[in-house]
Amino acid sequence: MASVALPQPDRAIVSRRDAIAEDLRRLVGPQSAVISDEDGRRAYETDALTAYRQLPLAVVLPSTTEEISRVLRYCHQHGIKVVARGAGTSLSGGALPAADAVVVAVTRMNRVIEIDYMNRVARVQVGITNLGISEAVKAQDFFYAPDPSSQLACTLAGNIGMNSGGAHCLKYGVTTNNVLGLKMVLMDGEIIEIGGAHLDAPGYDLLGLVIGSEGQFGIVTEATVRILRSAEGARPMLLGFDSSEIAGQCVSAIIGAGIIPVAIEFMDRPAIHVCEAFAKAGYPMDVEALLIIEVEGSEEEMTDLLNVITELAKPFRPKTLRISQSAEQSAAIWKGRKSAFGAIGRISDYYCMDGTIPLGKLGEVLVAITHICDRAGLRVANIFHAGDGNLHPLILYDSNNAQQAERAEQAGNEILQLCVASGGCLTGEHGVGIEKRDLMRVQFTETDLLAQMRIKTVFDPKWLLNSAKVFPLEGREAALEAA
Amino acid sequence: MVTNMRPVDEREFSRVLAEATATRTPVALTGAGTKERIGRPINAAATVSTRAMRGVTLYEPSEMVMSARAATPLTQIEEALAERGQMLAFEPVELASLSGGEAGQATIAGVFATNIAGSRRVRVGAARDHLLGIRAVNGRGDIFKSGGRVMKNVTGVDLCRGLAGSWGTLAVMSEVTFKVVPLPETTATLILLGLPDEIAIEVLCAAMGTPFEVSGAAHLQPSLVARLWHQGLRRQGQAITALRIENFAKSVTYRLGRLEQHLRVYGEIHEMDDENSLAFWGELRQLSVLQGNDAPVWRISTPPGAGPKVVAAISAYMECRAFYDWSGGLVWAEVLPTTDAGAADIRRVIATHGGHATLIRAEPQVRAAVEVFQPLEAGLERLSRKLKAAFDPAGILNPGRMYANF
Repeated sequence: MASVALPQPDRAIVSRRDAIAEDLRRLVGPQSAVISDEDGRRAYETDALTAYRQLPLAVVLPSTTEEISRVLRYCHQHGIKVVARGAGTSLSGGALPAADAVVVAVTRMNRVIEIDYMNRVARVQVGITNLGISEAVKAQDFFYAPDPSSQLACTLAGNIGMNSGGAHCLKYGVTTNNVLGLKMVLMDGEIIEIGGAHLDAPGYDLLGLVIGSEGQFGIVTEATVRILRSAEGARPMLLGFDSSEIAGQCVSAIIGAGIIPVAIEFMDRPAIHVCEAFAKAGYPMDVEALLIIEVEGSEEEMTDLLNVITELAKPFRPKTLRISQSAEQSAAIWKGRKSAFGAIGRISDYYCMDGTIPLGKLGEVLVAITHICDRAGLRVANIFHAGDGNLHPLILYDSNNAQQAERAEQAGNEILQLCVASGGCLTGEHGVGIEKRDLMRVQFTETDLLAQMRIKTVFDPKWLLNSAKVFPLEGREAALEAA
Repeated sequence: MVTNMRPVDEREFSRVLAEATATRTPVALTGAGTKERIGRPINAAATVSTRAMRGVTLYEPSEMVMSARAATPLTQIEEALAERGQMLAFEPVELASLSGGEAGQATIAGVFATNIAGSRRVRVGAARDHLLGIRAVNGRGDIFKSGGRVMKNVTGVDLCRGLAGSWGTLAVMSEVTFKVVPLPETTATLILLGLPDEIAIEVLCAAMGTPFEVSGAAHLQPSLVARLWHQGLRRQGQAITALRIENFAKSVTYRLGRLEQHLRVYGEIHEMDDENSLAFWGELRQLSVLQGNDAPVWRISTPPGAGPKVVAAISAYMECRAFYDWSGGLVWAEVLPTTDAGAADIRRVIATHGGHATLIRAEPQVRAAVEVFQPLEAGLERLSRKLKAAFDPAGILNPGRMYANF
């Protein structure tokens, strides 16, 4: 595993670690911290893509936007690379440090600044956890919509970096659809504000460019996010099928009939069994594919909608058709799904893919994924957001077995190439990071990549921000020339 | 270089734009030309039109996705969608109708290039939120793509949104792929009459804060109600505050009832049925109340609660008629013609309350003299200039359309 090459660290910078750390300490206040000892840095050596590890040059835990501005201006002047970090839950290695880079982790900046129910926005520091935003507005029955599975731990900062989605984005959209304003620090230390509490920002859509830019354009410190009033109620149902293909056809039939449930989640047999063992959610054990379909509304509305979905599902002969009967059952059903990665992690190491495909290709793609993993001699569990075609095949392997690890990574690459060939993409919500950097040419031409890299150069002309990631290392010169 | 060109595909577009860059010849990019009288006038030697590139290239109703070439007319797209019980969620307003243009002729790429959205934007997002993928040609003549046809895609820099709302100053989109949604089974509207602006916006914001998924929240001052096409409403002769619910028939009935309970304290509530609702929201989409004269019109985006304050402050300087949409977050303000169309005062008001203002309708000499788009903060302007240079280093694409000097 870990076959993606990391750039050679700049020895001259690494050798100046102590002096740089001293300088950084002078730039931040007593509330903040600079970590340069090896044990301290060790805590930051990886993220949720644990196959890749690098001890950072130093770690700064700032408390204010102004401190980040001073730190970035200093690093800019001295040509020192910077990696921004939230909670370190990236599955694509987006927060992986570099030996010659300062990690700036925004986790201490986690305050809610203002909640404005009339305008339905909240202004927060981005170190707040995703769930923390919803918790802050829960008493008024409001919530923040994007809900990645890691929402208990992951920060809004990381969500903005990766344009994170979640199980409910079929109805509510992803991060870029739910953020109205940002305060960010550019690499030269300049602080800019984009957008605000109004719905459209003026001029070019800089928000749209920054969200999902994987920490390569600047460090975001504050955000104005949309908060929404919660539905009166939400209820999931379980539909079990004899094959994944039929489950996929059922999803198409539901959407084709004009019903957009708030979530449609899919699990195949291996995933069902592991999740059921962990969460005791009452999932059927005798089906090949399971759909969790959730609807929202009043009691009567939910009953009506679930009845319509039931009727639409009948021609596909579901083996299981069960509507949640209580809040406890609903919670258990979601606990099983949301803890799926953790549950599978308890039985095996896994490599989690994140490609998206057109829904109509679901059956053939799942068959092909099985073949790819069979050939590699590895097991795979499939969990994904069926409504939007975002696949999460989890390839199981033993990280102590180097050969197996390599085969897992290779199988993962083949799956992603399959997604692109099927009309989809490399990543639906986890980001490119280090993991998929060298696959970018599968999806994009040189011209496509150059158009993107030029935007990187607009924001960060010296390419100091998270620069080992996203773009293949070779071919970057042309973009730099444009600076 | 020929002065008027209609490249037939993106390869020909590429050649034309590469040559324009080589010869530093500024070009005006157009589609159907329905928004030609919006924005700053362009001084270009040539006009390059997308009009030869049309047609729907992909439509998968069960995946809620459609692709179309640049100049496919909006009406053609909406007809194709309606045949399969679907629509564009963001309900683009007909800007053409403000300057005497023909409704429905706007091209799909023009809709995305100007990021135009209508009343439903308050619930579902703007045009940019529904754009999934693009093929485009930049000022260098490079053909590139971004995004794709799938609903979720975070692969690389999001150039789709980067081009949305750039008014043809960065690149020409040769093909767009976008998300579509089911048509609602039933539409209904709640109407309150005679509310002052401040109270009306309070009602709209309160309604948006309920769980009933209000999909339109608008308020018309009496002077604009007098211009409505809908006779029954026009005859009311007083301010109209309107809330739209779209859903299955049974849900609409239930939600109307619940919403009425919430809002009863604000006065008598009238219900409008499906047919009348479609007519009313349809004419808001046509901007009917701003048609038929040539007084300057401003489009002001501000936090919803600040909408009435902005209008009151502007009214202190000049006569102003306001149509509020997006629960107060979007103000269409018609003012009396002056040499700067009120720009100096309006921008001062905006600076106090937050947001931005675009001069949508004005005589060409006014649009040439004032900042049509909101002037940017220094930092954002620097980034925007660099962004323009990254796509269009010779500055040939619609130069000056958005900002005087880039």
